[in-house]
Amino acid sequence: MKLVIAYIAPFKLDEVRDALKETGVTGLSAGNVQGFGRQAGHTETYRGAEYDVDMVPKVRIEVLVDDTLLPAVISTIETTARTGSIGDGKIAVLPVEDVIRIRTGERGQDAL
Amino acid sequence: MVEVNGADTAWILTSSALVLFMTPGLALFYGGMVRAKNMLAMLMMNYVAMGVVTILWIAIAASIAFSGDVSGFMGNFGMVGFQGVGLGNEIFGYSIPDSVFLMFQLMFAIITPALIAGAVAERMKFSAWVIFIAIWSVIVYAPMAHWVWGGGFIAKQIGAVDFAGGLVVHINAGAAALALVLVLGPRTGWGSQVIRPHNLPLTILGAGILWFGWFGFNAGSALGANGLAGQAFLTTHVAAAVAATAWILAETISGGKPTTLGFVSGAVAGLVAITPAAGFVNVMGALIIGLAAGVICFLALRLKTMFKFDDSLDVIAVHLVGGILGALLLGVLADPAVNELATGGITQLTAQAISVVIAFGFSFIVSYILAMVLKMTIGIRVTEVEERSGLDVSLHEEQSYLLSE
Repeated sequence: MKLVIAYIAPFKLDEVRDALKETGVTGLSAGNVQGFGRQAGHTETYRGAEYDVDMVPKVRIEVLVDDTLLPAVISTIETTARTGSIGDGKIAVLPVEDVIRIRTGERGQDAL
Repeated sequence: MVEVNGADTAWILTSSALVLFMTPGLALFYGGMVRAKNMLAMLMMNYVAMGVVTILWIAIAASIAFSGDVSGFMGNFGMVGFQGVGLGNEIFGYSIPDSVFLMFQLMFAIITPALIAGAVAERMKFSAWVIFIAIWSVIVYAPMAHWVWGGGFIAKQIGAVDFAGGLVVHINAGAAALALVLVLGPRTGWGSQVIRPHNLPLTILGAGILWFGWFGFNAGSALGANGLAGQAFLTTHVAAAVAATAWILAETISGGKPTTLGFVSGAVAGLVAITPAAGFVNVMGALIIGLAAGVICFLALRLKTMFKFDDSLDVIAVHLVGGILGALLLGVLADPAVNELATGGITQLTAQAISVVIAFGFSFIVSYILAMVLKMTIGIRVTEVEERSGLDVSLHEEQSYLLSE
């Protein structure tokens, strides 16, 4: 089992979620985050005073997946979240020791 | 003596409510511009004026402003505790009850110190603020109101006019703001960290409430439901509309984007500048004042970076500069066809200029001394830890936004 963490452009969330559902993913979590990477920040102006804002908003998606589903999940995120410009984000894959469904106590793959 | 008139009384009662509503509007206007951690503290600085100033107005300030006259400098103590203020108009002789006149004036006394709050945002101690506005209302606001509106020397000897408070409200508050900013020093991180407005929609709503309430402020200052009130209403709206548009135009011409904060800042600058002139100028005069306010107040924003003072929410650029602009332009643009009390020309302009210097000098000096006394006694500034934690939690033990619960 793996935990896939993807940092994507916020406007891509709906598209990525729908595409992941189609690949067979049964659930995911998403949250708003701020960060910096190669993408430069942006400028904001308040009453003539300019501020460089370095941290840009991103969405972080977390998906727990079975090893067999992993390649499909990665390629789905890659293709749907890609625009080709700086700021498309990153995907990280982490090994998962165990997963427990709290309601039933199921463990491992059964809990996915 | 004129009789109390129902229509006039109804309009001034309505105007009093409109002017009171400006203080919550101002609170939101300012509140949206501070950081989220200081939101409630900002709102509280404004709202507390509604409590404290009312008490002092009844107790003594109204008497100093409007009871008789002691050699042009202040009223007497004959109206302390509102004694003798009744349902009739025996004291002031306007076509509205004396109690209604003093209540209308009270609403001005409330919002004037509240205006100062924007300059000292995010770092002043609440206790020092309450004591400051309490004393300031009595020793700065009340005498100034007397000089201009209570039969004092600015109106009588100098011959300056001020329809709804360019001197008494805006220059007065702006000069006090400058004094406090100099005594307080800048916010921690000012100039090095990004200090951004946390909720501009609230600021924009607050500006809308101000615009709405300002009709009571200016048109109510005619003290009657009459043609002059209508004229003041019209010039007020025209100046706000022109200044708002001029501000975003100035932003665009100077290479930036037209911003929402710019539009509402321009509207407020226009409202400030037309305040002394509302019942003295014609529509073209209002247009010129609006245009000047939009452009010059926008340029005046640079003063604080030039002279390195942290006027958090630009009270000086908007209220001091806007107030001076309106008070002076009135000396040029006053149309006797609108109001026979003033005619634009060198005599009126000179009187206006002298009154501006006196209003600024008096308010600045007394406010500076008062602020220094507070600094040396109870302290005027929160600790750095309190400032960094945010004033909502450290001064009021509350938080504005708990959206996840």
